Amino acid sequence: VIAEALQWALLLAIAPAVTGLVRKTKARLQGRSGPPVLQPYRDLRKMFAKPPVVSEDASWVTWITPYACVAAVAGAALLVPVALSSSMSFMGDMIALIYLLATVRMFTALAALDAGSTFGGMGSSREMYIAAIVEPAMLMSVLAVALVAGSTSLASVSAAISSMDAGALVPMLPLAAAAFCIALLAENSRIPFDNPATHLELTMVHEAMLLEYSGRHLAMMEYASMLKLTVFLAVLVSVFVPWGIAPSADAGQLAIGVAVFIVKIVTFSVLLAFAESARAKARLFKLPDLLAMAFILALLAVASYHMLGAA
Amino acid sequence: MLLAVAALPLVGAAASAALNSRPRASAAAGFGALGVSSALGAALAALVLLDGGSASIQLRNGIPALGTFSLAVDALSAFFLLVISLSTACVSIYSIGYMRSYEGKASPGAMGLLVNVFFLSMVVVVTSTNAVLYLIAWETMSLSSWLLVTYDHGHDPGSIKAGNLYLVMTHIGTALITLGLIAMWSCQAGDRSFDFSAFVGVGGLMPELLRTAAFLLLLAGLGAKMGIVPLHVWLPEAHPAAPSNISALMSGVMVKTAAYMLIRTVLTFLEPTEAWWGLLLMAVACLTALAGAIASLQGRDIKRALAYSTVENMGLILVGLGACMVFRAYYVMDPAANAFLGELAALSLAACMYHCLAHSLFKGLLFMGAGAVPFATGTRDMDRLGGLAKRMRATSVCFFVGALSLAAVPPFNGFVSEWLLLQSLLMARSIADPTLNLLMPAALAAVAVTGAIAAAGMVRVFGITFLGRPRSEEASRAKEVPAAMRAGMIAAAVLCAATGALSFLMAPMMMEAPSQIIGISADLGDGLTLRTPGGLSSLTPLAVAVPLMAAVLLALALSRRRQAAVPTWDCGTPLGPRNEYTSIGHSQPLVKVLSSFYRPHSRPAPDGSRTYWRLIYAPVISGITWVSHKIALMQRGSVQAYLAYIFIVLLVLLVVLR
Repeated sequence: VIAEALQWALLLAIAPAVTGLVRKTKARLQGRSGPPVLQPYRDLRKMFAKPPVVSEDASWVTWITPYACVAAVAGAALLVPVALSSSMSFMGDMIALIYLLATVRMFTALAALDAGSTFGGMGSSREMYIAAIVEPAMLMSVLAVALVAGSTSLASVSAAISSMDAGALVPMLPLAAAAFCIALLAENSRIPFDNPATHLELTMVHEAMLLEYSGRHLAMMEYASMLKLTVFLAVLVSVFVPWGIAPSADAGQLAIGVAVFIVKIVTFSVLLAFAESARAKARLFKLPDLLAMAFILALLAVASYHMLGAA
Repeated sequence: MLLAVAALPLVGAAASAALNSRPRASAAAGFGALGVSSALGAALAALVLLDGGSASIQLRNGIPALGTFSLAVDALSAFFLLVISLSTACVSIYSIGYMRSYEGKASPGAMGLLVNVFFLSMVVVVTSTNAVLYLIAWETMSLSSWLLVTYDHGHDPGSIKAGNLYLVMTHIGTALITLGLIAMWSCQAGDRSFDFSAFVGVGGLMPELLRTAAFLLLLAGLGAKMGIVPLHVWLPEAHPAAPSNISALMSGVMVKTAAYMLIRTVLTFLEPTEAWWGLLLMAVACLTALAGAIASLQGRDIKRALAYSTVENMGLILVGLGACMVFRAYYVMDPAANAFLGELAALSLAACMYHCLAHSLFKGLLFMGAGAVPFATGTRDMDRLGGLAKRMRATSVCFFVGALSLAAVPPFNGFVSEWLLLQSLLMARSIADPTLNLLMPAALAAVAVTGAIAAAGMVRVFGITFLGRPRSEEASRAKEVPAAMRAGMIAAAVLCAATGALSFLMAPMMMEAPSQIIGISADLGDGLTLRTPGGLSSLTPLAVAVPLMAAVLLALALSRRRQAAVPTWDCGTPLGPRNEYTSIGHSQPLVKVLSSFYRPHSRPAPDGSRTYWRLIYAPVISGITWVSHKIALMQRGSVQAYLAYIFIVLLVLLVVLR
C-alpha cells in the first residue's frame, strides 16, 4: 500500500512538469524558446496565493467546482498503476476512472454556465458535445484491453499485458492504443479538438469555461486539467505499453519501474507535442468523423481479439 | 403488515375525499396516509429481502373459476415494493406542500382519493398472485393515473389531449398483455388456473410459435407502459401534463411495474431458451435508450426533457434484462459447463433491478424539483428561468443531486447501477459465439453514448434552469418553496446518495430476486466492496465518495472567507438575459450532429416523437379510420336491417356449430 501511495504522490507531483514539457516542446517546434519546463509550478504557486474574484451572478456551484474537480481527478489518479503494476484497484476500475473524469467535465460545464457569460455557455455546450461523441471510443478502447486480462481493473490489465509477449497482442493492442490516443486528445482539449493555448472566442472550448476563474480557484482548475492529462498519459503508458513496469513492490524493481515510467512519460509528452504541432485545429463539426474513426479502430481491436485470439 | 400497507391507502382515500371542503386537511389526510403506508411498505420489503421471509393476504373472491385472489410478497415482489414505496414516501411528504398550488383551483379530495387508489393498485400489481387480479389492478392503475394526468384540466386544457393519448396507448397495451396471458393460460397442463403458480414454467409446454407470440405480445404490451420505442409517444405528453407530484410517481414508479411484470412473465413463466429473444430485447432497448436521450436534448420544457430521459432509462433497464436473457439462454444449454454464465445472468438481472431502484429515486427527485420550479416562478420554460440556485438553494442542491445521479456521477446510485450494467455487458466475452462477441460491444457502446448524452442533457436542464442570471421577471422574483416540499426532496436526495455510496449494504438484497427467479445467485462482494462474479472487477463506492465529500465540505467551509464579487465581464456588452446561452442553443451542436437520427422536418422539430408519429402512427390511424368508415356502412339505423343481421348471424352459427 505504501508503494501504491508513493506512486500516486509521484503522479500528483509531476503533473505540472508534464504540461510544462509539452508547452516547451511545442514552443521549440514553433521556433520560440518557450517558458521553462518548471514554469507551471511557479504559476500555480502564484495563483494559489491570491484570493478568488467571483461573479455576482455565481452560486454555490462555482464554489464547489474547483474542489470537486481536484478531488475527482486525484481520486482517479489512485486507480492508475504508475511504476508498479498495482494500484488502489479495490476502489474502482477503468469504468470508475472514466466516470470520475466525466464528473470533472460535468462540474466544469455546469460552473461555466453559472456566471451567465456567453463564453461560458459556449464552452459548456461544446464540451458536452465533444464528451458525448468521445465516450463510446474511450470505453471501447479500454474494453479491448480489458478483454486480455478478463478484468476491468487497471492494475490487473497492466500486469496481464506486461507479462505477455508484445507480438502476441498484434494487431489488437496497437489498434486499441491508437483509439485511446485519439480519445485522449479529445478528453484533454488538445489540438485538433481544442486548442489549450487559444483565447479566441470562436475556437475555445475548455478555456472558455475557465474564463471566470481567478486566484486560488483558477490554480485548482488548472491543476485539475494538468493532472487529468497526466492521468491519461499514465493510463496510456502503464496499460497500453506496460512493459518495464515493476511487477512487485521490491525496492530494486520499483526503482527501475520509476525510471522506465519517467522515460516513457517524457517520450509520450514529446510525442503529444509533435502530434499537436503537426495538425491544425479541426472544425467543430468535423470532430465526429475523427472520433468515429477512433471508435472503429477500437471496435476492430475487439473484433481482432475475438477472431484471432490472444496467444 | 401487508394488510396495513393495503388498508391505509383506502382509509386515506376516504378521509381525503370526506375532507374535500378543507383543502389543507384533505391533503394532509390523503398524503399522510400515503406516506405512512409507503413507509410501512418499504419496511416490509426490506424485512422480506433481508430475512428471506414472505408475507401474504388472502382476498375474498366470488367466482372460484378465476382462481384464488391473494397478495404475496416474495423476493422479486419485495424489491419492486421497495422501489414503489421509497419513492412514494418522499413524494407524499412533498405533496403536502405542493398541493397548496392547487388550492381553490382543483378538488383536493379528488387528488387524495385518486393518488391513494393509484398507489394501492401499484402495490397490488407487484404482489398479486393471480392473473385476473393483476389485470384488474393494472387497469385500476391505468385509469387512476389517467384521471390524475387530467387533474388540472381546468387550467391546462392540453392535459386532456395528453390524457386521451395515454388512455388509448395504455389500453392497447393492456389488450396485448391480456392476450399474452391467455396464450400462456391456454397451454397449461391439467386443470388450467389463473393463479400465477400454475403459469410457472408454462413456456416449456407451449408450441414454439405460440411461445414466441406470447413473448412478443407481453413485450409490446408492457413495453407500451414503459415507453419503448416506438410505443413511447404518449409518455412525453402524459408525464409532463400531470401535476408534478404525479409526474414523479408516474415516471419514477409506475413504469417500473411494467418492468416487474416483464421480469416475472418472461423469466419465470416463459423461461426463454432462445438467445435471440434477449438480443431482440437488447436491440429495442438500445434504440429506446438512444432515442430517449437524444429527444431529451430538445425542447424548452423542463418536465418534457425529464420525461424523455425516462424513456432513455427504461431502455437501460431493458438492456440489463435482455442481457440476462441472453446469458441465461447460453447457460441452460449446458448448466454444468457454463456456471459462470449463470452468474452473469444473475448479475445483469441485478443491474436491471438496481437501475429500477436508482431511477425511481432520482427521477422522482428530479420531477419534484421540476415541480418546485413552476411552483415558485409559474413557468416550466427553461428559457424563462435561470439564477434559481441563489434564490432556491435547497431545491437547487436537491435537483443537482438528482442530476448527478442521472448522469451516473460516482458515487451516486445511477453510477452504481450503470457500473453493474457495463460490467455484465463487458463479460459477455466468455460466451464462445463470434456474433455475440461483436453484438455485445455494440450494446456497450450504445449504453456509453447514451450515458454521455444524458449527462449533456442534465448539464442543459440544471445549468439553464438554475444557474446564471434570471431570464425573466418571474425567475428573478422566485422564492424558496415550503418546508414540506423541501423535506420530500431532501429525503429523496439523501436516498440517492445512500443507495449509491452505501450500495454495498444492498448487495445481498440485490441478489435475492435473481436467486429466486432464475435460481442462480452470484457473489456481489463482501464488506465495503462490490465485486463482479469471480472477483474480477471491484468497486468501493464509499472510497470514491469520501474524497468528493471531503472536497465539497472543504469548499463550503472556505466559502465563508472574504471574497470579491464583481459583475461578469462580457466584452463590455451590457449584461442581460440575452448574453446567456439558451436551452436550445446549449444542445445545438449535439442535436445538429445527431439530426440524422431523429430526422427533423425542415427545421428542428420541438420534439423527437414527431418522426415516429409521422412514420408509424399516422398511417395506422388513417388505416383504422378507413376501416371504420367501411364498417359504418352497415350501420343504417333501420330496425329491419339490424334484424336481418341477427338472422344472418344465427343462420351462420347454426351452420358452423351444427
